[in-house]
Amino acid sequence: MINKYSRFDLPGQAENLFLTGARVIDPRQGIDQTLNLHIQNGNLNVGVDNVPEGADIIDLKGHWITPGWFDLHVHFREPGKEVAETIASGCQAAMNGGFTGVACMPNTNPPLDDAASVKWVLSQGKKFPVEINVIAAATKGRKGQELVEMSEIVEAGVRAFSDDGSPIHNSAVLRHSMEYANMLGARIFEHAEDPDLAADGSMNEGEWSTRLGVAGIPSIAESIDVIRCIEIAEFTGAAVHICHVSTRESVEWIRWAKQRKLRVTAEVCPHHLLLTEEACKDFDTNFKMNPPLRMEEDRKACWDAFLDGTLDVYCTDHAPHSWEDKTQEFDVAPFGVVGLETALGLAFTHFLSQGMSLEKLLDRVVYAPREILSLPAPEITTGSLANLTIIEPEARYKVNPDEFRSYSRNTPFKNWELQGRAKGVINRGFALIKGN
Amino acid sequence: MSLLSQEHMLGLNGYSEQDLITILDTAERMREILNRPVKKVPTLRGLTVVNLFFENSTRTRTSFELAEKRLSADTLNFSASGSAVSKGETLLDTARNIEAMKVDVVVIRHKSPGSPHFLSRHLDSIIINAGDGRHEHPTQALLDMLTLRDKFGSLKGLRVCLVGDISHSRVALSNIIGLKTLGASVLLCGPATLIPRHIERFGVEITHNLDEAIQNSDALNILRIQLERQSTGLFPSLREYHKYFGVNRQRLDKAASPLTILHPGPMNRGVEITSDVADSDHSVILRQVTNGVAVRMAALYLLAGGRAPSPESKPE
Repeated sequence: MINKYSRFDLPGQAENLFLTGARVIDPRQGIDQTLNLHIQNGNLNVGVDNVPEGADIIDLKGHWITPGWFDLHVHFREPGKEVAETIASGCQAAMNGGFTGVACMPNTNPPLDDAASVKWVLSQGKKFPVEINVIAAATKGRKGQELVEMSEIVEAGVRAFSDDGSPIHNSAVLRHSMEYANMLGARIFEHAEDPDLAADGSMNEGEWSTRLGVAGIPSIAESIDVIRCIEIAEFTGAAVHICHVSTRESVEWIRWAKQRKLRVTAEVCPHHLLLTEEACKDFDTNFKMNPPLRMEEDRKACWDAFLDGTLDVYCTDHAPHSWEDKTQEFDVAPFGVVGLETALGLAFTHFLSQGMSLEKLLDRVVYAPREILSLPAPEITTGSLANLTIIEPEARYKVNPDEFRSYSRNTPFKNWELQGRAKGVINRGFALIKGN
Repeated sequence: MSLLSQEHMLGLNGYSEQDLITILDTAERMREILNRPVKKVPTLRGLTVVNLFFENSTRTRTSFELAEKRLSADTLNFSASGSAVSKGETLLDTARNIEAMKVDVVVIRHKSPGSPHFLSRHLDSIIINAGDGRHEHPTQALLDMLTLRDKFGSLKGLRVCLVGDISHSRVALSNIIGLKTLGASVLLCGPATLIPRHIERFGVEITHNLDEAIQNSDALNILRIQLERQSTGLFPSLREYHKYFGVNRQRLDKAASPLTILHPGPMNRGVEITSDVADSDHSVILRQVTNGVAVRMAALYLLAGGRAPSPESKPE
């Protein structure tokens, strides 16, 4: 028999699947119990006792099933840098990492700054159990000067705009883009950085940049831009989302803004929750990303804010780069690390054991990101579309970049011992379940 | 086998007190060779050293080249201009190509911090850092320390002040590491904009007052001020810099006892140092240059001597 749900990452159609023996968790439905799920033509039937006729039986004893995970911040390099990642290879990485949805940043080449290019990306990856969303560029060519044709792009299905990779440096342009997006029910995702302060820095400005003689990016380069976004959000009433928060100061300002009930949301990446600037000590470019790894007090502040909900979203800033690009001098190599294929294992290994409940984790990685993009929350209820992440919580393994499905290997978590891994994903009528 | 705890000289970070003493002691013996009528020993005969200079440098490259020739190594000079680098070749490819020509030691000068560390991960050669961006310049610090040891006998408890642009100076960082390892106390003096954050974690003191620095030091190591720092707004003008941070005779005359003056060169006379200081009896600037050849011979011998083919190829 041909194995439809093979390890070779060719998703099968979820026509008639019977998932049995798994612990099913859907906090919003109040479900946390062992349940059988039947999936017919992509749709769910919850709590089925008998095996439906002709169904493929997937024995998931010892596994957990949650609503599908969503990564709010990924860079699939198509068009422009397909050696590092394509939309297809990015979807492979998402599937392998347990994500059923992603939001692609627009800093491709050319950038995604008009409805045509956005529609093209949205039309890709149709045969994967991964929903592709686009965060369109906020300004034409990501130059920070003229607004993109936001209304038309929103009509194409986009709910967020960002010049990510760069901030919107001109405060008037930032204000107008926030106001205009707000009119359309969308919001700006700001890559918070003051480019004059960040200058030619390659890592955090701190003890280690001094030890290594590497030009530093001060923490205030980020927080000053965060303050600017908050001020404009208050002045205009528009929503804003702060990308990849990395500093204690940023966290404090975002907490302050939320106390004032401003429409500010924010995200945090695994590397900023788990690593500090010291990781750069051997000039390994797999620890070079922007914003950079900060100091312990920053890491701790991000973790506390992630726990208490000041930071709403857990995302990866998945930024693939080819071996050639990363195997260069530290200050020459590009910023960025991949994240899709380690995020789940890191969360299970390091967050659940550090006082974060599964419910909170799912809030940060299932619900909050979709809410920010005005996407419906996946439900494990009879009749709804099956949008599921299947997790093997007891699996112990060492992170081996050679096993990644991403075209790129630039992870800072190589050789980390993790417990908990994605077993499979089901969404949009497709299923990929490893080892079956 | 290396006679040091380290396989390469990527920086002074990681070098023990014993390593540094071994290098300085060896450099003293090497210096004797330089005073002979025939200034050459067969120590590294048969070894090939490439001087891989991606940044212009006359003094350091010349000094390395002389050190290599005094030890009878075959030397090859590579400079970035006119090479494949200008055609877009990566550092890794350039280095691998040169290594494929069977070299034993790579001396590298490069603008990127960590580039010697990068090469050490990808090549089998012994790597010596001849300056990587603003990170380290270990042989410069070694020659500074040898010069100070000549003058004071020991570095233990010696009060050394580094004056000038600490932030952008590889000389400063290597000196701080080396001097602290050998028990000296280090004071930094410069404008606030040229002192890096958290530098105090190296166990150094900081002042912005040059007169105060002079009162509290036995030796001043005066760093070259890069003229382009003014245009990036780090200090207002060379005129103001000279007035408040330039070392001149009047300031030095206020010291209780004369200070020893070092400068890694090349000097901006009339900016960070005046001629009456640079050329005074207490200036050891030319002595530093002589010692530069000696410490580089010592480093080459201690790191690469074990690779030399002939058993009798030891100095003395």
